[in-house]
Amino acid sequence: MIRKLLLSTMVVAGCWFAASAANAQGLQVPKTQPAGQELRISGVNGTAYVFGPATAFKAKANGELVITSDQLRAAGMYTVVSDGNSGTFFVVADKASNVAFLARPSRVATAKTGVISGTGFVLDKFNNLVMQPTPVKFSLAVPGTPAETRSETSKNGVAFVRMDSGKKSGAAQFVAAVDDTEVRRVVTQTAADPCNIRFKAEPSKDGIHVVTDPIKDCSGNAVPDGTIVTFTETDQKGRSTVDARIKKGFAEAELPNEGSANLSVASGVVIGNEIHWGGK
Amino acid sequence: MYRIISIGILVLTAALVAVGTVHSSDMAPAKSPDGAVRALYEHAKGRDFKGAFKYVSSSSNTDEQAFVRDMGGRDGSLRTYSNLQNVDTRILHQDDNAAMVRATAEWSTAVGAFFDTRDLKVVNEDGQWKVEWPVEKQAKVPPQVIPVNYLRWDVITRGNDDDWGAQNVEAPRVRIVSMNAIEREGGTIVMGEIENEDTVPAFVAVNATLKGKTGNVIAEESSFDKISHTLLPKEISPFRIDFPKVKLSSVKSVSMQPNSMLVAASADPVIGVLNQHVDKDLRGKPVLKGELINESGQTVNIPHVLATYYDGSGKVVWVSDGYVDQALEPQTPTPFSVGLQQDIAKNVQNYRVTVNQYSLDRTQ
Repeated sequence: MIRKLLLSTMVVAGCWFAASAANAQGLQVPKTQPAGQELRISGVNGTAYVFGPATAFKAKANGELVITSDQLRAAGMYTVVSDGNSGTFFVVADKASNVAFLARPSRVATAKTGVISGTGFVLDKFNNLVMQPTPVKFSLAVPGTPAETRSETSKNGVAFVRMDSGKKSGAAQFVAAVDDTEVRRVVTQTAADPCNIRFKAEPSKDGIHVVTDPIKDCSGNAVPDGTIVTFTETDQKGRSTVDARIKKGFAEAELPNEGSANLSVASGVVIGNEIHWGGK
Repeated sequence: MYRIISIGILVLTAALVAVGTVHSSDMAPAKSPDGAVRALYEHAKGRDFKGAFKYVSSSSNTDEQAFVRDMGGRDGSLRTYSNLQNVDTRILHQDDNAAMVRATAEWSTAVGAFFDTRDLKVVNEDGQWKVEWPVEKQAKVPPQVIPVNYLRWDVITRGNDDDWGAQNVEAPRVRIVSMNAIEREGGTIVMGEIENEDTVPAFVAVNATLKGKTGNVIAEESSFDKISHTLLPKEISPFRIDFPKVKLSSVKSVSMQPNSMLVAASADPVIGVLNQHVDKDLRGKPVLKGELINESGQTVNIPHVLATYYDGSGKVVWVSDGYVDQALEPQTPTPFSVGLQQDIAKNVQNYRVTVNQYSLDRTQ
């Protein structure tokens, strides 16, 4: 506990010393310095202390202090203290060369307005956030369709775009690009609810064979395989239901043949046609 | 030494003879029709099906193997995991040669008590009452190949070494499509239906929170097994959440929380529900009856039936469920029945049955 207290006191005192030293007399340092570039400060003799974001080191200088490019990778404020003199400079991000890209959601229905969002964080090669306005190119496309492209200029290092989902289902490639650097995400565009369901019935060996037409959404995309389609038969013995799965675009099932019956079909909350089977 | 061994063998033989005599007295002929039924069930309770079969009349046309399968279950069905707890018998009518006995057997299972009521004909065979045990002959499916090529969904989730911005696959979108809260037997029951609106399978659960007049939480509960947890795309499941001892009048609002998780799943098996109709059971109580048919090629060990009941306006008025104690053999209709309360039955205009399943051979 006492050790921690002492340590804290020393850190505060060090900061106080650095600040007061900076106020007292200045070293000849530049106002800004690009990240990852060597910096030479003249008029420094003896030991110099350099404090920066997540770094602190000391260096020997003989008339000129050399801070290597590796020591100036992180953007932010640096303070140099030497022999009672000090100076402060900012390391600014290098030119934009990378983008961190967040795309949401990972899966979305087709033909929906403003449902896909992309956020690009513009970074330099040292992963510093580039605060200067930078154009970021976003493009969204399902293979085989023309891409929807939008260019947004970053503000405070962040570029944001909101886009509509396309009419075609598939794995849409959502790309954010800064200069030659591209980051790719996949947004799966899935068929929406079935637009309408139609089915037909015919006698089979074991009963009534019911089969739908290919089931598509209102944009003409095939509803994904595995989607539940419920066939219902109502006759004098009661009701029979089969939760069939769409396979290769359509669903089929066997229902018992009890003579006169009403047959219907539904998927989720979408209801299809009805067929009156047999009877007078 | 030899003398001691000889005496020991003699004593052991006498003891075994005595045990054998006592055992045979267990197999004493039944002097009454309900005594025969009770004796049969008592032996079954001790899993002595061979002894129980001794009380089965030869006129049953049932062999011992079929009887054991019927009584003890087979194919990993719920009955194979059950123990007979109690049997209640009542003579419905009786004459010198035959009687009708109603037997209500209570089986204890991992999913709760299971009641099996049968009206058994008991016949007098030379002074001994024996039970005509009606074993249902199951239609044997001829040897065949059933091609199963349904979808299976596998999930690749985000890895540790992925770029930090790479998004994970999202949870499926689910929606509660209807909900109703009623008071029953001094408790509150929240029920409704949930739909998987997405194009991927979902593992769903519904939680409900009851809030009082000051906004305080009165109770929280989940749907537990009154729901089909794995929903394929566009599949709708009923749910029911019971709050015993919470009066509906003390509830100001109900907060529903549908939870979903993306899971690997298979679109197989398809289970059809045939000839559903509301009928009365042997005790005259309303039940929803029908038959289940497993359209796949593998046995479904434990079917779980969920029934949703609607009134004339399409509102969900009740959700009930029941396990079937027989396994579903491929392509073979198997009867089921789910209990329905008398007062609710009169308001029911429509119903929907869905089937949940547990199979030993399937991990998904």
